[in-house]
Amino acid sequence: MTRAPHLQNVPLYRLGHSRSGDKGNISNLSLIAWDPECYDVLTAQVTEARVADWFAYRHPTRVTRYLLPTLHAMNFVLEGVLDGGVNDALNLDTHGKSLSFRLLDLTVEVSAELAARLPDIPGDRPAAA
Amino acid sequence: MPQTPLLIGCASGFSGDRTDGAADVVRTLAAQGGGTLIFETLAERTLALAQLARNDDPNRGYEPLLDELVSPVLADCLRHGISIVSNFGAANPEAAARRIAAIAREQGLPMPRIAVVHGDALNTPEQRALLQDRLGAGLAGQDVVSATAYLGATEIAEALSAGAQIVVAGRVADPSLTLGPAMAHFGWDAADWPRLGRATMAGHMLECGLQVTGGYFCVPGLKDVPDVHAAGFPIAEIDADGEFVIGKAANTGGAVDARTVKEQLLYEVHDPARYLTPDVVADLSQARVVELGGNRVAVHGVTGHARPAELKVNVCYRGGWLAEAEISYAGVQAEARARLAADIVQKRLGSAFTLRADLIGAISILGDDAGEIRRALPDSHARDVRLRLAGEHADRAQAERILREVNALYTCGPAGGGGVRTALRPRLNMLSCTIPRDAVQSGWKFLEEIAS
Repeated sequence: MTRAPHLQNVPLYRLGHSRSGDKGNISNLSLIAWDPECYDVLTAQVTEARVADWFAYRHPTRVTRYLLPTLHAMNFVLEGVLDGGVNDALNLDTHGKSLSFRLLDLTVEVSAELAARLPDIPGDRPAAA
Repeated sequence: MPQTPLLIGCASGFSGDRTDGAADVVRTLAAQGGGTLIFETLAERTLALAQLARNDDPNRGYEPLLDELVSPVLADCLRHGISIVSNFGAANPEAAARRIAAIAREQGLPMPRIAVVHGDALNTPEQRALLQDRLGAGLAGQDVVSATAYLGATEIAEALSAGAQIVVAGRVADPSLTLGPAMAHFGWDAADWPRLGRATMAGHMLECGLQVTGGYFCVPGLKDVPDVHAAGFPIAEIDADGEFVIGKAANTGGAVDARTVKEQLLYEVHDPARYLTPDVVADLSQARVVELGGNRVAVHGVTGHARPAELKVNVCYRGGWLAEAEISYAGVQAEARARLAADIVQKRLGSAFTLRADLIGAISILGDDAGEIRRALPDSHARDVRLRLAGEHADRAQAERILREVNALYTCGPAGGGGVRTALRPRLNMLSCTIPRDAVQSGWKFLEEIAS
């Protein structure tokens, strides 16, 4: 797919913020837009399918997206991704606290005009896959 | 029904949180005419650890940092009519209550009325049989350490209404620590679902301490927070309809704004229209936040629905031994040597063990136990890598083999491995289910009514 010249890929951390929560073997990842304009980009592009694919290596049994338009936020629930959960996993990060920052490396397409207005971390290289 | 808001401050978000935050919260409450101070100290596995402590000593089993939390603020709380509500009783609320009474005596204070909540521990043969029935094969033959139901706000509210100045509970749902005082203060009906839903979400905002006041929130360059080293603990102002404002202790660092509040609103939430507690099904699907300035944010649009029919139960049982060992490599081919070391240890231990390998500095906590993402990633030529190997075994001596194999890399190679550290600890695994409410005999008593 060729990209329109006025579009560019940016990581989600430029459009909003995220926090992980854990209950048992389930992780929830909020994704909260900086503003309504960013929220529209997120709802259009950060779909259940894209998030399931982004976390495929953790083998989610189900990914559900809940929209919270009054907060300009969405909530992803990823079932089965914590290698058993806080008491069972061998991971150092048994809570999956870091998974919100994995989500924030996912990229979306935005207009160059919007990208120029978004916060950025110069020099950062988000994960490619 | 009182028309002035009830102030509830939270000075601990988990067992192990900072213990020096309560004084600022109490000063803020006192300056505004009093309120309630809560401490949340029970994560899922904390209670099982407390039960093990009680098994060793019948006078222990409550929050180990109880003295550090209560001693500095007890006198001021009693002087200003600030009640204290907490789950720091853990596996032994009665012993925690006795310890608080002793602190009051040691400090020469008038003896506070202390209430003790009971019934969360499911230890009768009938209760254990019910859990076996609900959990089935997963629990069969396991060495159970603790089985506890999440109680709600009812006992806390009743005790406060009866004049308790301090309420000591074990396992109660975290938001119930806030809802209980609000129910007692405003006299809400236990089936007033919208008000219960709102105050429950106020409790949800408080229960993790600095997670709502900018502490856990901060990211340099994206979400900067002033004086985050001295961030204040949160305070909720709850009105007679359960509507609430989130703020923080006066003269502290940190920040409360729309973003910090939104992050905590969705923390550990699944379906936002159905946040389950023993007291109510809270509904934040239409929530709105309004910044009021001065580190105060109003939350609107929350409601509630009829409470769940059953109570949630956590069962913790002994889960064998967790072995963890680390070794570092630096310079040319550091990552390649760390990867080779992981392969060597796995080959020598054989298929009886499934080891997890982390290449700290290349790919670690974002990886998976099976190592799929590590194997899929090409060597990034990282030049300062710490290899961590983790595995578990039911038998302690077998688990120790993992540690010995990593230690042996000192001479057996690959080249240049240094800084071995090893740890072996018992595991506690957990199963959850629900049980009917009538299988739980919960209640509360004043400390002086409990025969010692």
